[in-house]
Amino acid sequence: MIITRPREWDRVRTQLADLGAHSVFIMGCGQCATVSHTGGEAEVLEAKERLESEGIAVTGWSVGEVACHAGGERLEVRKHAGEVESADAVLVLACGAGVQTIADATPKPVTPGLESVFLGNVVRHGVFEERCQMCGDCVLDRTAGICPVTTCPKGLLNGPCGGMWNSMCEVLTDRECAHVRIRRRLAEQGRAASTQPLAPKDCSKKLKPGKVDIRPPRPSRSARGEEGDAS
Amino acid sequence: MSRLRDALEKGRFVVTGELAPPLGTDFTPMRVAAETLGPVCDAINVTDNQGASLHLSSLAASRVVLDMGVEPIFQQTCRDRNRLALQSDLLAAWTLGLENLLVVTGDDPRGGDHPEAKGVFDLDSTQLAQVARGMNEGHDMQGRPLRGGTDFFIGAAMFPEAEPWDIQRARIEEKAAAGVRFFQTQAVFDIDKLARATDVAHACGAKVIAGILVLKSARVIRFINERLAGLMVPDHIAARIEGAEDATAEAIALATEQAREIAQIADGIHVMALGLDTAVPTIVRGAGIRD
Repeated sequence: MIITRPREWDRVRTQLADLGAHSVFIMGCGQCATVSHTGGEAEVLEAKERLESEGIAVTGWSVGEVACHAGGERLEVRKHAGEVESADAVLVLACGAGVQTIADATPKPVTPGLESVFLGNVVRHGVFEERCQMCGDCVLDRTAGICPVTTCPKGLLNGPCGGMWNSMCEVLTDRECAHVRIRRRLAEQGRAASTQPLAPKDCSKKLKPGKVDIRPPRPSRSARGEEGDAS
Repeated sequence: MSRLRDALEKGRFVVTGELAPPLGTDFTPMRVAAETLGPVCDAINVTDNQGASLHLSSLAASRVVLDMGVEPIFQQTCRDRNRLALQSDLLAAWTLGLENLLVVTGDDPRGGDHPEAKGVFDLDSTQLAQVARGMNEGHDMQGRPLRGGTDFFIGAAMFPEAEPWDIQRARIEEKAAAGVRFFQTQAVFDIDKLARATDVAHACGAKVIAGILVLKSARVIRFINERLAGLMVPDHIAARIEGAEDATAEAIALATEQAREIAQIADGIHVMALGLDTAVPTIVRGAGIRD
């Protein structure tokens, strides 16, 4: 899931001031931001209280099912049409994907209240760790299920680098070097001897913006019995 | 042909030193250092934004050193450039007459003087060695032929004392297979560990230039232990320097002893003077490596 953290409140205040917003509608997210405790109902209500104590009117709030779902957020905005309409701006407590989905769903100025930080594993309740960069060119088959792109702070495919000392990482000195872990697990699985250096990454697989369409191909217009361009 | 390569291939014990390009455009201090080190070194490393801190480029500074009649080792880190920039700088380096290349990963930007910088690491040091070898074979990373190739003497870093050893051994073998012909090591304090690492490198057909630090004060030792990655000064060494009446003299004596020991095992010494460049000729001559 997408891990978020609260943006500094002063910055949020400045954003609203820059918009000249005296009244705000707040939107959270029922999925990732709820689990991260950054944009669930509790946090939305906390923001409401804070804004009101600082003299900004809150016209209403909502926590939709999932803030990055275009149809769902359009519905959410419609459900609260009057409250959104009477607000000067919409404050979104969701990841950047959620902010943009909501910005597409309303003509009102939309402003972020969170920072999106990483795709996170839930290690235990309230503890999240980044394990995948979504690079589009997975190497986990070669690295014993430990991602060097993510787990090594330098993202080196081959390592350890010269900063490693007593198995520990140079950058995150309280953590074991990702490459030491990879090589140990490969050795435990009897795969160390066949290890060859990984080739440089194909960064073209991660060119922005990503788009995937898994719908079955639509039949052509002629197959549907339609005429050519009607205009 | 690279004099460093020539000396190593002929089995002559070599000495390398280290120069940092300026933060700015005034080469005066670097030239002074090069004049001190040049007469006793076969080649001198010119660092590339060392410690992830801004300096003038190794490419230009290496050429300045070459123009002084001193042979440079052009250092290239993977931290600051993507594969396009690395390759174009390699081609530029060759046309500038830089024949010795040391490929290194590079310290993380978070530990340097621009901690907000993006660490590139498009390639790692093993991959960069492969790229340089490819250029020596006349092609770029995509396999396209070069109009005029290179013939770099490719070096990489080696860490004989960083455990676990089986991983270090694998790294030496991987780097050698990637085209590395000489290694320069992190500072060595345990001669037995240097010996076992040197055996592996020699079995791969690569030479080993072992690192020596001039530990001129307790303050320098503290700095190394706290700030430099992949290196720890052992307690008995620290105690020897800290307990000495004249720490600088003791540091020079220690480095001279280390140089003598290394000469029995490896193919050269790499002296990291840590600001005490004037000590390097004393160490080299004291160890009987040069007259």
